[in-house]
Amino acid sequence: MIDRIRKILKEHGRLNKDAAVYPEDGDLYQAGMTSHASVNVMLALEGEFDIEFPDHMLKRSVFESMGSMRDAITQLTSSS
Amino acid sequence: MGPGAPPLSVGIDLVQLSRIQESMATFGDRFLRRVFTEGEIAYATSTPALAPARLAARFAAKEATVKALDLAERGVGWREIEVTRSPSGAPRLVLHGAARAAAVEAGDPSLSLSLSHEGDYATAVVISARREHP
Repeated sequence: MIDRIRKILKEHGRLNKDAAVYPEDGDLYQAGMTSHASVNVMLALEGEFDIEFPDHMLKRSVFESMGSMRDAITQLTSSS
Repeated sequence: MGPGAPPLSVGIDLVQLSRIQESMATFGDRFLRRVFTEGEIAYATSTPALAPARLAARFAAKEATVKALDLAERGVGWREIEVTRSPSGAPRLVLHGAARAAAVEAGDPSLSLSLSHEGDYATAVVISARREHP
């Protein structure tokens, strides 16, 4: 799953680091991801994993790292 | 922002118009409907030439509100922070849902919003002022 997240970050995250090798738990906002880029990442993740992030999950910490996104996606796909 | 919050807090954000246009090109209506209310979309698109600037400024306003009210971890949807206009045309903030609940919890501060745009950039400043309860 992390590889699919990396691909989306590479395309939509506008990171100033290489998403292919950036640490799984590294802070993406520190790597240059803006709030607007995080919306694009969210929409791309929804398309990729066929999920929808409910409003209550729209927290900075959910999109802070690849690991936190993976945890959120796992939560959404296991509850559906 | 709890009872010990400062009497004044400020939030600012800067958004590139072309990035908003890219999002619309990539995600289409999904992006618009997820981020903006029907009223915001109707106003912004009523003058097509101004739509990118109006949408970018509104996006900045939402983010500036998140900063001013410290909402980043509150789980607030983008549409729960709405930019409306007063009869004179001045922009105003209207909060809904979790955003409204967080503001009430913080003492229902008075919110002021200012928007501006120039070239490829739009910006917004939000000032949150605690009300006096004598």
